[in-house]
Amino acid sequence: MTDSKTTSRTAPMIRLDNLHKTFGSKTVLNGMNLDIPQGSSLVIIGGSGSGKSVTLKCILGLLAPDEGDIFINGESTLAVFAATRERTNRNIGMLFQGAALFDSLTVWENISFGLMQGEGMNRDDARDIALEKLVAVGMERKDADRWPSELSGGMQKRVGLARAIASNPAIMFFDEPTTGLDPVMGDVINDLIVNCVRELGATALTITHDMASARKISDRIAMLYQGKIIWTGETQDIDHCDNAHVDQFIHGKIDGPIKMNLRVA
Amino acid sequence: MNPLRPIGAAFLGFLAATGQLSMFTSTAIWHCVRPPFFFRLLARQMIDIGYYSLPVVGMTTLFAGMALALQTYSGFSRLSAEAESAIAKVVLLGITRELGPVLAGLMVAGRIGAAMAAELGTMRVTEQIDALTTLSTNPYKYLVVPRIIAGLTMLPVLVFVGDIVGVFGGYIVSVYKLGFNPGLYIKASWDILQAIDVISGLVKASAFGFIVTLMGCYHGYHSKGGAQGVGAATTNAVVSASILILITNYIITELFFST
Repeated sequence: MTDSKTTSRTAPMIRLDNLHKTFGSKTVLNGMNLDIPQGSSLVIIGGSGSGKSVTLKCILGLLAPDEGDIFINGESTLAVFAATRERTNRNIGMLFQGAALFDSLTVWENISFGLMQGEGMNRDDARDIALEKLVAVGMERKDADRWPSELSGGMQKRVGLARAIASNPAIMFFDEPTTGLDPVMGDVINDLIVNCVRELGATALTITHDMASARKISDRIAMLYQGKIIWTGETQDIDHCDNAHVDQFIHGKIDGPIKMNLRVA
Repeated sequence: MNPLRPIGAAFLGFLAATGQLSMFTSTAIWHCVRPPFFFRLLARQMIDIGYYSLPVVGMTTLFAGMALALQTYSGFSRLSAEAESAIAKVVLLGITRELGPVLAGLMVAGRIGAAMAAELGTMRVTEQIDALTTLSTNPYKYLVVPRIIAGLTMLPVLVFVGDIVGVFGGYIVSVYKLGFNPGLYIKASWDILQAIDVISGLVKASAFGFIVTLMGCYHGYHSKGGAQGVGAATTNAVVSASILILITNYIITELFFST
């Protein structure tokens, strides 16, 4: 086991190098390559089952790729000691699709969980930071002592965002941040993500199939199809790109190179 | 289709599950002996297992002791004139060696093992366990270790209390229903009691506590597929813990009392 491997000094903040991942007979990632420069906000788009979530879980260390390597800040994150992985994770904030708030903890304890458990901060200081982050995501201080089950979906997402930014991470991941929200609340979350990422100067990676959200929060967009990145470019260029897969996806057309396995009655 | 194929697939599935359980167990034990420890969570689990299970275990062993006394009387009165001392001995040995730990283990499997599998299973399918990892907190240390240590330490306490309550149940039936002399009953119980009877029961209890919490955590931790998966994990946790308790009970009995 190696503690770390280092790439060149000009390495991007996150680099995915020839990732492969297979579940049984189903190949999900098939030689995926992607660079995310420091300070940029990249969105990976792609259909359901295209491997977006698997990619994110591989980067977070929740799944191990079968082949390939993942570099964060120039260091390989695969085959490292657990302590090294935990140190890497301290620089990462993650907003889960369903917020993934801990049921048994109050709102402020959820927000400051990483500070108290991961960094050993005392409860008083952690609560102060939690209140500050709660306000930053547009909620009130009186919400701090509520339980996650008492919150609406949009409020849970905002608490999840507050938890993700609590330790001022250098890297942020967003998994389908607007899924399950009404368009107005979705836009509120998009604005909060843009503001939080900008204020922290963080490198952000989002996976979504919500094009409105993708356009709003990204500098760059990459499209994942059949386990590979088939197009990547500036956000403003996506409407003028000549890739038929991208064109079909962003306009939601039935006809095109992307074939859905639908059985028509 | 080859008729051996499903048998082979089932066997391979069994081997895979055994391997996964072995990995889970060894990882959990490894984290049990390495800091950091979450003492607040450990205390919460100890209260949940030790204190809140007391009524269930107490009621179970009380009525088991009462039924044992009554059953022994109806059988022994036909065979022996010294039913009075025989009942005291059977109740005491039966409760401390077998019924106390086994009934407590099965009750805790139903109450605590199921709850653990449901809680961890829900955390798994709602990505809360993934969230722990991203927040630099090891899920084994935070979720599994406190539960296993609490099970290991609190089930012997429960069984000790259950032993006393069960023997007391036998005393109630013997003295107030069957009209035995209370002094003679207590003397007969005391004379037959040996440390090994209680110790073997407490060793069993500790092993059962480990099994119940391990099965609850294992099935919950690896549950998938939403509500149905959580339900299956809960069922599997209780069934597998119950079977393992009965198997382990025989093995420990063999180790302690086989001559």
